[in-house]
Amino acid sequence: MKKALMGAAFLLLFFLLQCTAFKYFAVNNIGPNLLIILTCTYGFMYSDKEGLLMGFFAGILCDIFFGPILGINALIFMFIGFTAGKFNRLFYAEDIVLPGSIFVAGDITYGLIYYILLFLLRRRFQFTYYLMNVILPETIYTLVCAIAFYPLLLLCINKLNKIGQRRRKGFA
Amino acid sequence: MSPIVKKKGEKFTLPSKYLLFILSLLCTALMVVSFTTDALDRPVNAVAGFIIVPFQKGISNVGTYIHDRSEELAKIKELLEENESLKEQVDKLTEENTRLQEDKYELNNLRSLYKIDKLYDEYDKVGARIIARDAGNFYHTFIIDKGSADGIEVDMNVLADGGLVGRVSGVGRNWARIVSVIADNSNISGKVLSTNDTLIVSGNLKTYESAGCVDFSQLIDASNAVQIGDKITTGDISDKFLPDILIGYVNDVKNDSNNLTKSGTITPAVDFAHLSEVLIILEKKQTVDDDR
Repeated sequence: MKKALMGAAFLLLFFLLQCTAFKYFAVNNIGPNLLIILTCTYGFMYSDKEGLLMGFFAGILCDIFFGPILGINALIFMFIGFTAGKFNRLFYAEDIVLPGSIFVAGDITYGLIYYILLFLLRRRFQFTYYLMNVILPETIYTLVCAIAFYPLLLLCINKLNKIGQRRRKGFA
Repeated sequence: MSPIVKKKGEKFTLPSKYLLFILSLLCTALMVVSFTTDALDRPVNAVAGFIIVPFQKGISNVGTYIHDRSEELAKIKELLEENESLKEQVDKLTEENTRLQEDKYELNNLRSLYKIDKLYDEYDKVGARIIARDAGNFYHTFIIDKGSADGIEVDMNVLADGGLVGRVSGVGRNWARIVSVIADNSNISGKVLSTNDTLIVSGNLKTYESAGCVDFSQLIDASNAVQIGDKITTGDISDKFLPDILIGYVNDVKNDSNNLTKSGTITPAVDFAHLSEVLIILEKKQTVDDDR
């Protein structure tokens, strides 16, 4: 229950920051994708189930407000969260290489699938342009933001886990 | 969260791959439904409006505040110099203004004589503030802080700086979504003001990011009358856009390979990078269906 509440709170916070505050600090019209950070973190810190649920809700939120088609972001985010969850066994808290590479891979995947589904199918063929000017800059900005947001997520999730463990011990 | 997801040790847990499968089906169903009908719009938009929009308003205000303050600090010196020159300009402009006011008085008289109605001033408009921008970087969609409670409906036209911003594509009780002219998925029927030739104005992410322009195509101009700098307005035959709203100015024109039509780019009249307030025209284009 607490986990779900905290997830919802983080989702709200990250979504709002992404589509309001970070749009004022957009570099060359490119803003970061904070929801990818959240989805991937939930995936590899908990499990694939948490990852895919977080991805689904993050995506559906984007779709309701901005999407031309309902459900498309939800689907992409959900699969990214699910895949990130598969790296759960390799994850330990001190490591920063694995989370970093998952964020990069996740954001690039998101960009590629979104481009293919919504741009390539409408005869926008200049793939290298979109790669160099939208997908890669967004990934780099996302990675920079992850330096600030990932430790925050790690701290909160670990704290929640500790509270849960202590309570279980207390009752035993 | 869904009630079937429970912690380990409780009665029933759903393996994640089945959950993935179910949710994928749900997403696909949503996509199909939202692509073919707009039955889902109303309930979904209403829920979203209750939960998210109040926060968006707050954060957006704070974001604007911080952004403005940081710009202020950087610009104080510049502003002092500018102030001097502006003061001179004010004197000049006051003089000019009085002269123009006389002209306007005369113009109004002449207009009523010629019975030209239907200029933009005569549409009922309502102002709104932009509170959020597209979460991704592929489209240019805005969220504004007024919705159906303020009389806004889907397909109403949106203006700013005297030019066309776009149209309303989704409405909640206290928010509305605007698809802008520069968005990659927007296509508008327009015309060249000077020659009345029709054309299609379509947003393009690539042209906008590299040159700040939108594309146009399907212009038939056999006499080569269309020149760089000509005004492009919304056309008469569009079923979503009111006629004669300024879209922008021709930036360049080139012949298509079929030698019949021309295409090129248009510089939009609106400065989309610094857009914060917009006007919504509370009148919709009359369509044939309205008669029924």
